[in-house]
Amino acid sequence: MAVAKDAIEYTSVKSIAGPLLIVEGVEGAAYGEIVEVICPDGEKRMGQVLEARDGLAVVQVFEGTTGLNTENTKVRFTGKTAKIGVSTEMLGRIFNGRGKPIDGGPEIVPEMELDINGYPLNPVSRKFPEDFIQTGISTIDGMNTLVRGQKLPIFSGSGLPHNQLAAQIARQAKVRGEGEKFAVVFAAMGITSEEANFFMEEFRRTGALERAVVFINLANDPAIERILTPRMALTVAEYLAFEKDMHVLVILTDMTNYCEALREISAARNEVPGRRGYPGYMYTDLATIYERAGRVKNKKGTITQIPILTMPDDDITHPIPDLTGYITEGQIVLSRELHRKGIYPPIDVLPSLSRLAGSGQGPGKTREDHKKVVNQAYAAYAEGRSLRDLVAVVGEEALTERDKAYLRFADEFEKKFVNQGDEDRSIEETLDLLWELLAILPLEELKRVDEELIKKYHPKFRKK
Amino acid sequence: MVKGRIIKIAGPVVMAEGMKGAQMYEVVKVGEEKLTGEIIQLRDDKAVIQVYEDTTGVKPGEPVEGTGSPLSVELGPGMLRAMYDGIQRPLTAIEEKTGSIFIPRGVDVPALPRDIKWEFKPVVKEGDYVEEGDIIGTVQETPPIVHKILVPVGIKGKITEIKEGKFTVEDTVAIVETDDGEKEIKMMQKWPVRKGRPFKEKLPPKIPMITGQRVEDTFFPLAKGGTAAIPGPFGSGKTVTQHQLAKWSDADVVVYIGCGERGNEMTEVIEEFPHIKYKKGDKEIILMDRTVLIANTSNMPVAAREASVYTGITIAEYFRDMGYGVLLTADSTSRWAEAMREISGRLEEMPGEEGYPAYLASRLAQFYERAGRVVCLGKDNREGFVSIVGAVSPPGGDFSEPVTSNTLRIVKVFWALDANLARRRHFPAINWLMSYSLYVDDVTDWWKQNTGQDWRDLRDTAMSLLQKEAELQEIVQLVGPDALPDRERVILEVARMLREDFLQQDAFDEVDTYCPPMKQYLMLKIIMTFYEEALKAVERGVEPSKILSVSVKQDIARMKYIPHDEFINVKAKEILEKVKKELSSLS
Repeated sequence: MAVAKDAIEYTSVKSIAGPLLIVEGVEGAAYGEIVEVICPDGEKRMGQVLEARDGLAVVQVFEGTTGLNTENTKVRFTGKTAKIGVSTEMLGRIFNGRGKPIDGGPEIVPEMELDINGYPLNPVSRKFPEDFIQTGISTIDGMNTLVRGQKLPIFSGSGLPHNQLAAQIARQAKVRGEGEKFAVVFAAMGITSEEANFFMEEFRRTGALERAVVFINLANDPAIERILTPRMALTVAEYLAFEKDMHVLVILTDMTNYCEALREISAARNEVPGRRGYPGYMYTDLATIYERAGRVKNKKGTITQIPILTMPDDDITHPIPDLTGYITEGQIVLSRELHRKGIYPPIDVLPSLSRLAGSGQGPGKTREDHKKVVNQAYAAYAEGRSLRDLVAVVGEEALTERDKAYLRFADEFEKKFVNQGDEDRSIEETLDLLWELLAILPLEELKRVDEELIKKYHPKFRKK
Repeated sequence: MVKGRIIKIAGPVVMAEGMKGAQMYEVVKVGEEKLTGEIIQLRDDKAVIQVYEDTTGVKPGEPVEGTGSPLSVELGPGMLRAMYDGIQRPLTAIEEKTGSIFIPRGVDVPALPRDIKWEFKPVVKEGDYVEEGDIIGTVQETPPIVHKILVPVGIKGKITEIKEGKFTVEDTVAIVETDDGEKEIKMMQKWPVRKGRPFKEKLPPKIPMITGQRVEDTFFPLAKGGTAAIPGPFGSGKTVTQHQLAKWSDADVVVYIGCGERGNEMTEVIEEFPHIKYKKGDKEIILMDRTVLIANTSNMPVAAREASVYTGITIAEYFRDMGYGVLLTADSTSRWAEAMREISGRLEEMPGEEGYPAYLASRLAQFYERAGRVVCLGKDNREGFVSIVGAVSPPGGDFSEPVTSNTLRIVKVFWALDANLARRRHFPAINWLMSYSLYVDDVTDWWKQNTGQDWRDLRDTAMSLLQKEAELQEIVQLVGPDALPDRERVILEVARMLREDFLQQDAFDEVDTYCPPMKQYLMLKIIMTFYEEALKAVERGVEPSKILSVSVKQDIARMKYIPHDEFINVKAKEILEKVKKELSSLS
């Protein structure tokens, strides 16, 4: 980041607390301005003004404050807000959480410099998302259809295969029937180097890296840096989508680490804590990340987001998944129970939801029977699941034939439909499989699908 | 005007000195970029200002200029079909002016278009005596809505001049000779958003506001001028429920506040509302023609989110003052409360429960209190109403949290959306056991006069069956359905019918999306007749399995999809006869 010529160096650091420096005697530091911090040993670090007062600035240091002192630490105000240089050359490259290349390649020659905070999209400039993205995963394509411009998070828990699923989506995702430009922006926050290697390896092996821009902030990088990482990734995504007409899929993992970093800074600033110590502005802060997805008028490109977060203690009411769910358009929930049964991907369709599913389903997008057959399958699976509880009390013998059919449906649904492994299924295969499973139920139970569709797609009639 | 300088910036909160003479809640222009802000605290010559735009890049020492007036909205022709942000900046005009898909900072566009000439038709003549609230003329703003130009509050006297023809909102259309001299009346007036607009008298909530949604109208009715809350744990269909209300409720004007919600959701509203047409009498009306949208999405500045609710209610009150019925939906008041919390935190105020400011409860109450059916100002004693439907988003679905619990103490109707029902694909996912309405007694007379005398009995019996079902389900969970006595099995079946064939309503079905009161009544009547007849059959010793397999059940299940007129005039009678015939012939 270039430094303005007339920038003054201050040596007046008054106090250091956590990631924060309080600098005195400062004139004209702007709110949000980027500063350069020069350590006593000459190392340069980056920081940002969190609070600007007459003659005083509160600076958060991105690489952490280890090794800084109040005596001979120098602070230089750059007169710029946080920006990132962007270019199409970034595709196929790997960066750290501050946007520096870490793949051994050359520095990027930027085509333009953009403010990483971006601006809010004007709601009247948006277009409602409605184009189906095929991820090749039945539980998503069929039951929780993803559309371009949507933000659909994966709610996971520690020890669940969310990384594998994310890599699979990045690999398989496609927009059907068109030769449109497609890119993946991948931002990892606070992941272990093992996980980072897994993703690198996956992307290289499957060729996904060619069309990807990767940002990696490792678990041992300073937590503060995590505040920048998703914003840089999304700025690049906005550039690729709205300047270069690409359909961009942004994968952010793990948002829980991001929120922890937010809490850390808030605590260091002695702010009044909200729920569970997270700052009261976490909703707004998360919204400024998640809302940077969408489809807009007069632009070909789109941004679709799949943020991944691990729910602490699998608790969906924890502030992180809770606030996320209020901003995003649905959620894909991974289940420990399914995972224990050896089912992959362990997506529990009942608490999962894609709010925009309806707009991506139907004739011309997927297939005419999509909405109704999914509705029917949902209801049947829910019924089967609740019957399992009953069986636990009264035993299977006490059930009626109808109930037994539902029970069998729920079992088969998990075994065949959910448990697809690494298979890349087309939407037709997904829907046909649903019909096959629904054939387990008596015909008169299929109330949510029209007779016409039954005649056309139900295996019983198809074979004739 | 006051001119000060900035001494501190922390996010949306800015402190300035040299502000002596500034008023509380005065609007100020902050910094070189002239960002809009509002004074929220005064201490000596220092003012704390909440800024409605992003403050990145603002420095201490930059100027702050007062405007002399509190945060106000412009009221006049041009509001319908418009889409505003939280402080009434027109988003479409901003898009045109900037040519960008983003909202940059410091854009200044007036709320009401200044270039449009509206056809003004006077209804008073020279020499007439007018007082505040009197209608002096009209403008056909959109096909369904005649915008009435009112004498502003505080003015009374003799009309000395009145014009006719095409004028902009800033042109003078009338001159009134008052005790303090001549006053010019324009089509546009301003009103401070934090102050409720005056009226003559509040009226009791006797008339139901029909929404066309069976679970709401029949079981948990909202009165005209009433208040309701919808809590929605995420994924419970809150948004669809609110859209349905905006589309189908029998208010004249809809004010829709998207407060801290999703951008795509607002887009859906913007794209959908202009295409939603419905018939009122012989006329086809487009929903957008009677709608004012206020959108402050979650990523737009937080202080403007705090203001958006006041902007919306003030616009709603203005249409009420013309004698219209107004439905105001605020989605979501929790985001509004969180904006208050965020600002309060930045002010380092002493926090109350869960970090919310101590004044949370009073702010919520003040907002809902601005609803009501009233006799408007003006000599003709016309009536208007504002009904408020506020969404709350309890974190983790916990209804005991401060925003939800404080809201429930104020509102009279609670439509408890339930994620479990949504998961079972029961829509609208309004839980019939947890919801309530305190207007049932108030609106009973209306229903009796407009549908049937037995309306209240049918409704109450149906409610008790649903309650009974919940108790029976617990037993079934333990011992299985076969162990129940015959009578109880019939109750279970009728309750299932009520749930699936009455409460469940398909928002995406052309016919079922709206259900007129008469159809609601007849549907309920048919199901409850089935119940009576089935009980009689049980008493005669008929096997429950026979009762449960009569063919009329199919007809009942299809009722909701039958076009309204056909159902009300023809089919209802046939199905009712069939119920009686089939069940009485069982032995």
